[in-house]
Amino acid sequence: MAKALSAVHEIKVGDQAEPRTFGPITRTDIVRYAGASGDFNPIHHDEGFARSAGFPTVFSIGMLQAGLLASYATDWLGARNVRRYRVRFLEQVWPDDELTCSGKVTSIAHDAAGGHVEVELSCARQTGAVAVAATASFLLSS
Amino acid sequence: MYEVPLERGKIREFARATMARDETYDARDAAVPPTFLTTAMNLWEPQGELDYGSFTLDLARVLHGEEEFVFPDGPPTAGQDLTVTARLGDVYEKPGRRGGTLTFVKLIHEFRDPEGRTVAEQRTTLIQTSQPPEGS
Repeated sequence: MAKALSAVHEIKVGDQAEPRTFGPITRTDIVRYAGASGDFNPIHHDEGFARSAGFPTVFSIGMLQAGLLASYATDWLGARNVRRYRVRFLEQVWPDDELTCSGKVTSIAHDAAGGHVEVELSCARQTGAVAVAATASFLLSS
Repeated sequence: MYEVPLERGKIREFARATMARDETYDARDAAVPPTFLTTAMNLWEPQGELDYGSFTLDLARVLHGEEEFVFPDGPPTAGQDLTVTARLGDVYEKPGRRGGTLTFVKLIHEFRDPEGRTVAEQRTTLIQTSQPPEGS
């Protein structure tokens, strides 16, 4: 992948990031995120526990897909440039799901600090339903 | 109040788990990924740290609604030690679309550097339903 953008003149309102598809999401991906984040709710990795709670199988941790969408955003606009990331949880993600992230620039404001870039981000399942949606702000150099 | 060290190896592990490609996450002074500070709550927060006051959280009826992370001067970086204060924010009710009442609960985690400056804030929205949620 190309390096993240760093200067605000490289983008304009309406620009879209190249979509990226993650997955199929495996149980290993979920467990790896559980370890990285410290969230060991058994409903996300213990098949028997998930079934006894009434679910057909384990399902992903919401913060995993929130994190995938955040990675997509920082790969695009730079890890150090992020100033705000707000994510809403809309639909569960299941093992074998393929998640496609997309994003577009909704506004750019300039001041002495640089260019404040607002983006809308979406992470959709293979069904087309959005699993998590986010908005984010980045500060890029002028 | 509790301390959270921002560790380089933990940042790398988190960036890998969230499949980030930005190589600066491997740097000695890596910025934390946007959602990384959720690890503070999971790994460092003492039991009972957050005072829910008169509100009773029933985990069997709670959905994760939203998370917001704000970094006024950019994300903090590996090697920093931050101090966290956790508090209950607004609690309010709305009628649910399928009947019943939804209770929205905001949790605020404020992260300060050793000089006392706020470097990050995490705002969590939990939604407590009248009945336990059903699958999907």
